Amino acid sequence: MRAVEPWVAAPMETFLAESQARLCLLMTTAGQVVAQHGFVRAVDVMGVAALGAGIVASTSELARTLKWEQFTTVVHQGPQQAHLLASFETPRGRWVGLVVFGPDTSLGLVQLFFEQLVKDLAAAAPEAPAPQPVLAADFERELNASLRTLFGS
Amino acid sequence: MNTSPFETALELVTRVPGVRGAMLVSAADGVVVAEALMDEMKGSAVAALAASLASRLRRAVEGAGRGAPRFMHLTATGGTLFAAPHGEELLLVAVAERTVNAGLARIEMLRALEILG
Repeated sequence: MRAVEPWVAAPMETFLAESQARLCLLMTTAGQVVAQHGFVRAVDVMGVAALGAGIVASTSELARTLKWEQFTTVVHQGPQQAHLLASFETPRGRWVGLVVFGPDTSLGLVQLFFEQLVKDLAAAAPEAPAPQPVLAADFERELNASLRTLFGS
Repeated sequence: MNTSPFETALELVTRVPGVRGAMLVSAADGVVVAEALMDEMKGSAVAALAASLASRLRRAVEGAGRGAPRFMHLTATGGTLFAAPHGEELLLVAVAERTVNAGLARIEMLRALEILG
């Protein structure tokens, strides 16, 4: 498990241990990865993060167009594995969680412990730092630092 | 007014004195299919954990060469949990007080399973 924000690590480790999920990705609604477990290649995690954020954005827009309440959870179930995609509020803004799980756990357990993860993240979040101007040089340096943290290269 | 077999089955179980709630749970997913809970019990949590427990117990009993379990009875300090599988797909779960008449609860749960066919 690797996290860009250190305070995310403990709640996510607890979630992984209890839910027995295979893969887990936490990201912002813009697709910026906050923490990941189980992914080996950076290209995979960046692609999955972009797709996950895109699915959440399109289902949110669908709900808005139809004047429905926002969808918070999308589940796709296959014969051998399934994934849960859920958006939730944190003190750092709206985030998205993507959880891939197999037959060694269940949708009910993953949902149950994901709810707990959301509560634990809200409790663990430190106060947000004051906003800084975004500079191109800072952006590239921070992106490289995040990739090193997430993949250790 | 017509009631569904699920409602009839759950009503049989919740009529037993001391039973605080009953639900039908998807055995593989651990999600609630139908529920009749009497207080602020969190049905989704009970369903997920009871289905997980039933799945592990099933593996344990089958591993011991005793076939598939027909009825599960768990006594805790604060209450009692009953679970009975209905085929491969459903699980009937009841949560009761510790003082519940377990024999009566068992009979009514097995009758409820018969109603489900």
